[in-house]
Amino acid sequence: MRNIWIIWRKELNSYFVSPIAYLLLTMFALIFGFFFWNALGYFVLIGMEEQMRGQAFPMNLNEQVIRPLLSNASVIGLFFIPMITMRLFAEEKRTGTIELLATSPVRDLEVILGKWLAAVTLYASMLLFTALNFAFLFRYGNPDWKPLAIGYLGLLLQAGGLLAIGTFISTLTKNQIIAGAATFGVCLLLWVLEWVSGYETATWAQVLAYMSVITHFESFAKGVLDSKDAIFYLTVIFLGLFFTTRSMESLRWRS
Amino acid sequence: MITVKELTKRYARNTAVDHISFDVQKGQIVGFLGPNGAGKTTTMRMLTCFLPPTSGVAIVAGFDVLEQPLEVKKRIGYLPETPPLYPEMETAEYLAFVGKLKGLKGADLAKQVDYVCDRCAIADVKTKLLGKLSKGYRQRVGLAQAIIHNPDVLILDEPTAGLDPKQINETRDLIKSLAGDHTIILSTHILPEVEQTCEQVIIINKGKLVATDSVHNLQNRARGAESVLLEIAGRNGDLDRTVVEQRLAQIAGVSRAQFKTNHGHRDVFEVESQKGFVRGDLARAVVEAGWNLNELKPAAMSLEEIFLQLTGEEAQASASELVSKGAH
Repeated sequence: MRNIWIIWRKELNSYFVSPIAYLLLTMFALIFGFFFWNALGYFVLIGMEEQMRGQAFPMNLNEQVIRPLLSNASVIGLFFIPMITMRLFAEEKRTGTIELLATSPVRDLEVILGKWLAAVTLYASMLLFTALNFAFLFRYGNPDWKPLAIGYLGLLLQAGGLLAIGTFISTLTKNQIIAGAATFGVCLLLWVLEWVSGYETATWAQVLAYMSVITHFESFAKGVLDSKDAIFYLTVIFLGLFFTTRSMESLRWRS
Repeated sequence: MITVKELTKRYARNTAVDHISFDVQKGQIVGFLGPNGAGKTTTMRMLTCFLPPTSGVAIVAGFDVLEQPLEVKKRIGYLPETPPLYPEMETAEYLAFVGKLKGLKGADLAKQVDYVCDRCAIADVKTKLLGKLSKGYRQRVGLAQAIIHNPDVLILDEPTAGLDPKQINETRDLIKSLAGDHTIILSTHILPEVEQTCEQVIIINKGKLVATDSVHNLQNRARGAESVLLEIAGRNGDLDRTVVEQRLAQIAGVSRAQFKTNHGHRDVFEVESQKGFVRGDLARAVVEAGWNLNELKPAAMSLEEIFLQLTGEEAQASASELVSKGAH
């Protein structure tokens, strides 16, 4: 446990002494802020139109602002995840520091968990900034907080899975760009897989659609904690980290 | 402290290390010598549990590298060929990180960080970023991280590579001062380094063990018969070399006397004899014959020559080529 903590601190430290963390935090906050601004502007416009027409159409912040925003956040996340994970192992392999970790009395799994948790922590702090936007909704409106919390849980779980995949890909190469590009490709693919269900209902299409990370986020965005979807994300996390341990081990045999 | 038996590392296409066996006693400095690509780094990586051996056994500080790698790792300090530094960390911060990884904590950790900073003369760069350090400092920080947890065994891969002559000397002195407390294996392809720092040599070539012995014994063994160099000049400047050779060969115990090179007016002859002391007889014979004896010295074989002799014909050919070039 102590070793995981040591690695975690070191990784977070290197995110935050370099511009990476600040750049990611700023970009994510800016982009999400823009989405929020749009969603809210649209919400206000509809509200005013309703009033002018004199109809009392039920307006709901959770349904009309929070839910689409959470879905947006999950997509924006796909673009940021490669930038978080690409350096995790690729950099250590390039500079040779991997030899230090591999010859210290630390288990591979502890190194992997430490690094992955640091990546999750960085992503979580990015989400924290988005929460600032929602704080305004609570200040001036009256949304339900439970669906929002579940939405955030979903975002974290989804990112956890993709970050695990990114961590795995980062062990495969010395080149950060390759690691980043490959992770981005995989993230994108896992996102669009769901599209096949639009025109095809065969089993293979259902399997592909099931593998899409976005499909499983829908329930979380609605504010429903569906164990089926939670288990899907947990499985992705587990598999990603499992493959990372295998990859670390084969690194030793090939090297 | 280290026992290696029939250690082998095979890759898909080649065998990097081929059935190597050796022992290292506690407190010794051992030089691991071989040309580039001989398998030095691979062997060291197996000893540090970085690479698993294909076959064979390596026992380091009492534990098998395959069976109990964590126990081995607790007891070794390793400096890879490029010091494993994180450029974005400060020196003291980095050493603390490594110390924690090796299991140090609290006051003990702070004490060790200060101690290694003093020992490796890096106290003045404690708060500098590692990425900004010069090569010499980087190497010493690398050494500092290797000894931070006071390991039983130190494994140093080419610790002086890429340093300037002054830094090389400082690093060698530092390594020598570490012996005794630690058992040290250092690899190098620079021979004088072994002669200067090590007590024991392990020579490998193309993955195979060529020789393992103390530096002193190895020099003696390769020398075999005693060999002496004489620098002689004729009184009037002219000297008949065949006459000299014949005269020297007549001395009891001399098996061979041969002209070697020429330094201006003085000729150098090499005399091989059985073990024993013939130098006095040689000197007397030269003087009595009316020649001037300018110099008389034992032709100790340098490790370089031993190394070339041991690592095979190919190397020997190119070496003799060099020698003959130098003569002309």
